[in-house]
Amino acid sequence: MSRVLIRGGRVVDPSQSLDAVLDVLLDAGRVARVGEGLESSEGTETVDASGLVVTPGLIDVHVHLREPGGEHKETIESGARAAVAGGFTAVVAMPNTDPPIDSPASVGFVRARGAAAGLARVYPSGCITPGQKGEQLTEIGELLAAGAVCITDDGKPVMNAGLMRMALEYAQSFDLPVAVHAEELTLSRGGTMNEGIIATRLGLTGIPNAAEDVMIARDLLLAQLTGGRLHIQHVATRGGVEMIRAAKAMGVRVTAEGSPHHFTLTDEAVEWYNTNAKMNPPLRSAADRDAVRAGVADGTLDVIATDHAPHHYDEKEQAFEDAPNGIVGLETAVGLAFTELVATGVIDLATMVERMSCAPARAMSLDRFGLGSLREGSAGDVTLLDPLAEWTVDAAAFQSLSRNTPFGGRRLRCRAVRTIVGGRTVWEAGR
Amino acid sequence: MAQELVNPTLGKDLVGLEELTREQITAILDTAETFKEISERPVRKVPFLRGRTVVNAFFENSTRTRVSFEFAEKRMGADTVSISTSGSSVQKGETLVDTARNLEAMRIDMVVIRHASSGSAKFLADRIESHVINAGDGKHEHPTQGLLDLLTIRDHRGPIEGLKVCICGDVLHSRVARSNIHGLKRLGAEVAVCGPLTLMPADVAELGVHWFRRIEEAIEWADVLNVLRLQLERMKAGFIPSLREYNRIFGVTRARVEAAPRDVLILHPGPMNRGVEIDSDVADGPHSVILQQVTNGVAVRMAVLYLLAGGPAHDGEAST
Amino acid sequence: MDAPAVEQAVSRMADDVVRLAADATELVLLGIHRRGVQLAALLAEGIRARCGLALATGSLDITLYRDDLMVVGPRPVVGQTRLPAGGIDGRTVCIVDDVLYTGRTVRAALDELADFGRPSRTLLAVLVDRGGRELPIQADVVGERVDVPQGGRVEVMVPEIDGSLGVDLVEAAG
Repeated sequence: MSRVLIRGGRVVDPSQSLDAVLDVLLDAGRVARVGEGLESSEGTETVDASGLVVTPGLIDVHVHLREPGGEHKETIESGARAAVAGGFTAVVAMPNTDPPIDSPASVGFVRARGAAAGLARVYPSGCITPGQKGEQLTEIGELLAAGAVCITDDGKPVMNAGLMRMALEYAQSFDLPVAVHAEELTLSRGGTMNEGIIATRLGLTGIPNAAEDVMIARDLLLAQLTGGRLHIQHVATRGGVEMIRAAKAMGVRVTAEGSPHHFTLTDEAVEWYNTNAKMNPPLRSAADRDAVRAGVADGTLDVIATDHAPHHYDEKEQAFEDAPNGIVGLETAVGLAFTELVATGVIDLATMVERMSCAPARAMSLDRFGLGSLREGSAGDVTLLDPLAEWTVDAAAFQSLSRNTPFGGRRLRCRAVRTIVGGRTVWEAGR
Repeated sequence: MAQELVNPTLGKDLVGLEELTREQITAILDTAETFKEISERPVRKVPFLRGRTVVNAFFENSTRTRVSFEFAEKRMGADTVSISTSGSSVQKGETLVDTARNLEAMRIDMVVIRHASSGSAKFLADRIESHVINAGDGKHEHPTQGLLDLLTIRDHRGPIEGLKVCICGDVLHSRVARSNIHGLKRLGAEVAVCGPLTLMPADVAELGVHWFRRIEEAIEWADVLNVLRLQLERMKAGFIPSLREYNRIFGVTRARVEAAPRDVLILHPGPMNRGVEIDSDVADGPHSVILQQVTNGVAVRMAVLYLLAGGPAHDGEAST
Repeated sequence: MDAPAVEQAVSRMADDVVRLAADATELVLLGIHRRGVQLAALLAEGIRARCGLALATGSLDITLYRDDLMVVGPRPVVGQTRLPAGGIDGRTVCIVDDVLYTGRTVRAALDELADFGRPSRTLLAVLVDRGGRELPIQADVVGERVDVPQGGRVEVMVPEIDGSLGVDLVEAAG
C-alpha cells in the first residue's frame, strides 16, 4: 500500500506546466517524486503507464449523490463508484437531498458515508438557506467546520437579492465559495425545455435564456458589490458566458461551470419528448452550445462539471412534463470532453486537464488539501487515461445505480483506465 | 372488384396532424364526408368495428369530446369502455405507464387518450401495440378537433387551399391551435394568429404564421376565424390583465364581424366563454358554424376509426 | 363482351326486372359501388325506355359491412350511400351489381339494407354471374352467365370509371 510507481506515461499537469513522458512515484498516499527513470524498489507496486496519459486526479464539483432520501437512484457509495469509474478522484456533493444538507450533523453524515465507501473523496456542500427555502442563512460557519467546502441551494435559486447579497458577504469571512443555480423562477414559469420552435411544436412550456441571464447578471453584480466568491453552476446560455467573461475582465471573483451535455447537445435532443434530454437548465440552441464550448476553451468557464443527476428508470418513464430533471454524467464526462473538445481541436489535452482537475480544485479550495496537482507533496490522487480507447456508451454497464443518459449508444474516445486515490488504486478498467 | 380504390394508410396511431401528409388528411376528410349520412340513418350504426373494443382513457375531464368519441365508436359498431380519472389522487406518471401495461394485457384494440401532459399520446403509442388516438395531450395537439375544423371550413368555403384562416386567442396554451396550424398549412391555407403577444408561442412565425396584433386587422384579412376559448387561469397568472379588457380589445363581437369586408366564417372548438372571446350574438348568429363542428366531429372520429390500419398485430386474422 | 353486347344484355335485364317487379311504380334500383351504380343507371334508362317510367335510383356502398376487412393494410375508399327519397320501407328494391361471384358483397348489401328499413321485396340483378358461390345467394336477373377458369377474373368496364362499356375475362397470371 505504501509505494506506487507509475512508469512511462505522458504526465500532463497544468499546475506545473508539465507535459512529458515521466514517472510518478507515490509514497504513503502522497506524490513523492515526478521525474525520468525513477527506480523501483522492493515493495513498490509498479504500474505500466506506457501509452497512457497520467493526470492529477479529476474532480467533479457538481454531483448529486441522492443520499439521504433518494437511495433508489444513487447512494454516496454508488455515486463514488461511478465517479472513480469515470476517472474522478474527488467530487463535491450537492446538498438538495431529502432532508437537505443544512446542518452540521448532515454535513458530517455525508463525510462519513463518503469515507466509509473508500472510493472517490466526497466533499459535502451545505445549503445557503435552511431547507433551501430561500428565507434566511444557514449556520455557514458551522457547516464549514463540519467539512462543507461550499454553500449552494442548487436545484433552486436564491430568489431574494438581499439575501443573496448577505450570503456572499457572510461567506467571505470564511473564504467560502457560494455556488449558484441561476434561474429567475418567474421567467422560467415551470417550463421544461428551451423556449423556441421545438417547444412550440411539442406543446411544452419553454424556459427563455433570459431566465438564466437575468439571475447571472444579478449575481455577478452582487459579487462585484460584495467582493465575495461566486461560483456559477451549469452555464447554458451565450449571454451568460458573455457576462461572465466581462465580469472577470472587471476583476469580479467568479468561477463558472460548463457541463458536457451543454457543450455537446442542443434542444433538438428533446425530440420526441425524450426525458433523458430533460434537465435544468435545459439544452438550448446551437448558438448557446457553441458559446459554452468557446467559454470552456478560453477559460471563461473555468471548470467542466457534470451536474450528475441520477433518476430511477420509472421516474424518467413518464410524460415529459412529469419526469424529473437531470441526467447522469460521471461515467461519460471524460469521453465527451475528449471527443467533443480535444479531438476536434477546440482545446488541447492540457486544457482539458486544467478544466477537470486544477481549476475545480482551486474553485472549491481543494488545492489546500493537495488536490489538482502532481507537485511533490500533493495528494496521491492520479487518473490514468487511455486517449486512444474507443468505446460505446452502454448505460446498462454503468456503475451508477441510474441509467438516465441521452448518450446511450454514442461512440466516444478516451477513457479512464485506472483511478488512484491517496496512493490506492480504487478503480481499474476491466476489473 | 378490379382496381379497388384505396386510401393512404395512417399508420398505427393518430398522434397529431403535424406528421400527416396532405393525402392522409384529405383521405380522412373525404371519408368523414361519406360517413355523415350514417348519423342520419334510422339505424345509426354500421358493423365495421363489431367485436372490437375501444377504450376511452380520459385523464382530463371532457364530457363533449368523450361523448363524441363514444358516439363515433358505437356508430362504427364497437364496444366502448370509458375510463375517467380526475388525476388528483393518483400520480399522473404511474397511472400512464400502468395504464399502458393494463391495456396491453387486456387486448384492447384501440385506445383514445386525453391527458394533461404534452407528449402523453405518443408516450402511450410507443408502449402498446393497440392503436392510439390522441384526444388531446397537454398543449401539444388535438388532431380530431383540427380535422373536424378543416371539414367544417371545407363544407362552407370549399377547398382549403388559399383560404385565409385566423386563429384567435390563447394560441400559446392551445393544442387545438397547433393542430389547426399544422392541418391548415398542410392543405395550403394561409394561417394567421391574433391575440396579445403574451398568449402567442415564441417563434410562431417560424411555423409560417403571421401575427395580427389587433382583432380588427385579423377580421379584415380572414375568410375564416377560429376563436379559441380563453381560460380564467390566464388572467390569474398574469397573461392578460382582465377578461373584460380581453373582450374589449380582442373579442369577436357582432359589430366587428359585421364590419368585415366579406362573409367571415366563425368557428369555436367549445366550450365557449360567452362575452369573453366571443359574444353570444356572434356564436348564435348567421356566420357561426359552431354546431356543425359538433356534428362533423362524430363523422371525423368515425373516419379516423375506419382508417387506422387494420387489426392489432397480435390478432393475426387472415382475409377470406 | 363489347359495348353493344353489354347494351343488349342490359336490355334483356330491363325486360326481366319489369316482369318480376309486379308493380313498377314502387320499384327502386340500388347500385352497389362502384360499377353497380352506373349499371343501375343504365338499367333504369332501359326500363324507362320500355315502359316510360322514371325509376327512383340510389347507391349503396357496402365497405363497412364487408366480412373480409379485418386485415392490416390500406382501407378501401368508401363511396357515398344515398337512398332515394321516400326510403325503402314497403317498396320493391332491386339491388344492381356488376359481377356476382362468392355472394359476400350481396350478403353485405342485404345487411346494410336491413339497417335502412324493410322493403316489401328485394330482387338482385347482376350483369355477370360467374358462379363460385360461397353463400346461398342467387340473382333474380342475370345479364350473362360466364364460366371463369381457375384464377381468372371478370372485369366489367363502365364509361364513367373506365372510359368504355364492356366485360373482359382476364386469365390467371403466368
